[in-house]
Amino acid sequence: MNEFRVNQQRRRLLKLGVAAAAVGLPGLSGRLYAAPAGGPRLLVVFLRGGYDSTNLLIPYASGFYYEARPNIAIARPDPASNTGAIALDADWALAPAVRDTIGALYAQRQAAFIPFAGTDDLSRSHFETQDSIEMGQAAGTHDFRSGFLGRLAETLAGTRTAADAIAFTDALPLAFEGATTVPNLSLKNVGKPPFDERQARILSEMYSGHRLESAVTSGLELRHEVAREIADEMSAANRNAITTKGFELEAERMGLLMRDKYRIGFIDVGGWDTHVGEGAAEGALAGNLSSLGKGLQVFSQSLGAEWNNTVVVVLSEFGRTFRENGSRGTDHGHGTVYWVLGGAINGGAILGAQQRVDRSTLFQDRDFPVLNDYRALLGGLFRSMWGLDARQTAHVFPATKPVDLKLV
Amino acid sequence: MIGCHPARSSLRVAATGLALVLALALLQSGCASGGRQAGSPSVPVLRREDALWLERVTFGLDSATVADYRRLGREHFLDGQLHPEGKGLPPAVDAEIASLEVSHLDPTATLAAVDAEYRRIKAMPEGPDRQQARKALNAQGNKLAYQAVRRDLLRAVYSPAQLQEQMVWFWLNHFSVFQGKERVRWLVGDYEERAIRPHVFGHFKDLVMATLQHPAMLQYLDNNRNAVGRINENYARELMELHTLGVDGGYSQQDVQNLARVLTGVGVNDGNTPRLKPELLRLYRHDGAFEFNPGRHDFGAKVLLGQPVPGLGFDEVDAAVSIIVSRPACARFISRKLAMYFVADTPPPALIERMAGTFMHTDGDISAVLRTLFLSKEFAAGVGPKFKDPMRFVVSSVRFAYDGRPISNTHPIVNWLNSLGEASYGHQTPDGYSLLEVNWASSGQMSRRFEIARSIGAGNAGLFDPEDGSTAQAAGFPQLANRLYYEAVEPFLAARTKQALDQANSQQEWNTFFLSSPDFAYE
Repeated sequence: MNEFRVNQQRRRLLKLGVAAAAVGLPGLSGRLYAAPAGGPRLLVVFLRGGYDSTNLLIPYASGFYYEARPNIAIARPDPASNTGAIALDADWALAPAVRDTIGALYAQRQAAFIPFAGTDDLSRSHFETQDSIEMGQAAGTHDFRSGFLGRLAETLAGTRTAADAIAFTDALPLAFEGATTVPNLSLKNVGKPPFDERQARILSEMYSGHRLESAVTSGLELRHEVAREIADEMSAANRNAITTKGFELEAERMGLLMRDKYRIGFIDVGGWDTHVGEGAAEGALAGNLSSLGKGLQVFSQSLGAEWNNTVVVVLSEFGRTFRENGSRGTDHGHGTVYWVLGGAINGGAILGAQQRVDRSTLFQDRDFPVLNDYRALLGGLFRSMWGLDARQTAHVFPATKPVDLKLV
Repeated sequence: MIGCHPARSSLRVAATGLALVLALALLQSGCASGGRQAGSPSVPVLRREDALWLERVTFGLDSATVADYRRLGREHFLDGQLHPEGKGLPPAVDAEIASLEVSHLDPTATLAAVDAEYRRIKAMPEGPDRQQARKALNAQGNKLAYQAVRRDLLRAVYSPAQLQEQMVWFWLNHFSVFQGKERVRWLVGDYEERAIRPHVFGHFKDLVMATLQHPAMLQYLDNNRNAVGRINENYARELMELHTLGVDGGYSQQDVQNLARVLTGVGVNDGNTPRLKPELLRLYRHDGAFEFNPGRHDFGAKVLLGQPVPGLGFDEVDAAVSIIVSRPACARFISRKLAMYFVADTPPPALIERMAGTFMHTDGDISAVLRTLFLSKEFAAGVGPKFKDPMRFVVSSVRFAYDGRPISNTHPIVNWLNSLGEASYGHQTPDGYSLLEVNWASSGQMSRRFEIARSIGAGNAGLFDPEDGSTAQAAGFPQLANRLYYEAVEPFLAARTKQALDQANSQQEWNTFFLSSPDFAYE
């Protein structure tokens, strides 16, 4: 990292520190003081369906991009137009749909992109690839009882930075499978807990010694905890003029829970399988990206000062065909673009191994190759975040050589 | 003893003769004799393995099913389930289904009308009228999709042909379509009725061909857009990966692309016959809202799974499907999935092999494969508990709680399925819902299940409210500690569950704990 970047980061941290202190003045909110000190936080956002990364991070310097996508390409950066891509460097530009959200984070060096990222799974099947990513195991092994986030939580369990984990989903994702029960709860609708303590105790006892015991017990407890947290926060936040809804509301609640308790979170977002009419600067994909960007921005804000201790990874099972198909959409592809966000990351950069984007460099004359294995990327990232040693890193991602992109 | 309360409460709420009869029966058998001596002396006591087997074949126990089983014995009961002709619904339920608009819909005319309305709306100037028209059209689509689900749920709860209803669910899930895509909302009722239901016990190839020729599937997986020179390979891939061979079924990316070419021109009829040269017109096919348009077909030579695809035009599709479904990988993939649904999350490999063997030598006869499954020695030996997915959980709850008494309102059930994450026609991706415990038994899902148990157990879930939102006429307090309970459940309950039930302060609580128990969570 060069000196300028280091200084920039120090200054930014300093500024944020001052801002946090100002917000934390006595009388404004007692909860800020209740927040545990420091400790890295990780949110994994899984875009299920294989999002068209080529229309998020646009290779605008490639004439072939415009040739291959006559109907759905996003226009080259143009200062005079709002519908054009936003240049990030000489090769890549960002979709205008996330200009004010992820684009703003990038400008503050709080966002980075890793193109040509993904897995060595070549099935181009949503389901197999999602599963293999979530398992994160060495090639050839398929243990459905073990996911990479489950192993990360296990690894941290015995250490100083033991991390409570949670999935903000209706079902527990495969990524969290493992020895310990990770609670899950979708924050779309959060109501009053339905059972009093006596009833909850009787229900739990019924499952005592049963294989679902810890799921039952932690589920009943979590409902109480979340109802308390959200209710406190909502009454405290009523003066906030902005009323959020949908994914933004969910993201806001996720931020509160991760600020106060949980250190490893997971959410999935669907609707990315754009075989038909995906649109360009505007349209179906742009709408999804815009809502995702807004939600992640709200998430960063609701973490308060802890945003500086937080890393968000946005990933998807694969990219899509480089050429548009016959229905102004795209079919299943291979390499994709991962995002990394965080208050104190070395962002504002396009990272990892890259190559020229042209017809001749397409993988199987169809899609992007994978030059950056996701297990190596995430292994390197987790290693720096938590100071893991070689054995611990290998427990999370076996048979992988971690790559350090110097993001944290 | 709390278990005797329902007899008293059913006397209290006895608005109908049925409730009175049930209450008297309870007094005579279950509670009066201490709750252990089930049934009359001439009837053999239901053994635990009988109850477990019966729970698998059905969506859950009710008195009529148990009585049938005792009368017929296992093999005859199964034969009756595999040949359900003449097993009618209760008249009240039948009449309700017949009164639904979705039961009288012509998909071709509906699609044409919906398309015309969309065009009309598109041509309208932006403003409140346009918004209003759009809203009305959406409301109509949602209403028809809801009616399809309502019909499906009523059949699942009340049909004596229980295995058929489970198979309808199974195949609808296997050939999953999502109501949020294109015009699928208007088509799901017809999809179930004509593409799935007639073939649930038939030959597997017919089932594949019926779904392949239904506009719901063609719109959902975009094959209506797949044309020569404008390939869309979405359906071709899922047809092999999800519907027939499985992801490890031995096909390549090249096979996906070639099958996509075979499927060019297979699409949806918009009411007009395309203008074609005479030699192509001869190859045009059209059946209802399905069409094969040779003008959009790729007539080049193709190889699929190492075999040349014979025929010309739509005959290629038939030949390609034959090539696919006659592969051993297909027999195994389908057998394994059936065994996962009915037997265990990880079914015994030997059973899968025998089922696949039946599949191969009967040309994919589904009823023969099911017979192999349900009469297998693995089943007779006891196959271990299978966790109920949300559909099985809510349907078995309602079957048990109301034991044949027709509910009027299905909205609560639809809401429960939504909140448990298994909405009918609500799975966005084509893989359908999981059949595995691990995907339904997380901490969040278990708590939600308990909340639903409480809604049902408290008797205020709204199942007896009129569908039109008018004031309720009938009370619906459920009779969970009923004769059926003492006959088929109580003798086999786990000690911890009994302890919990003994701590119940009210009948409502008793019901809630029972439906939340591990005994009821598994079948």
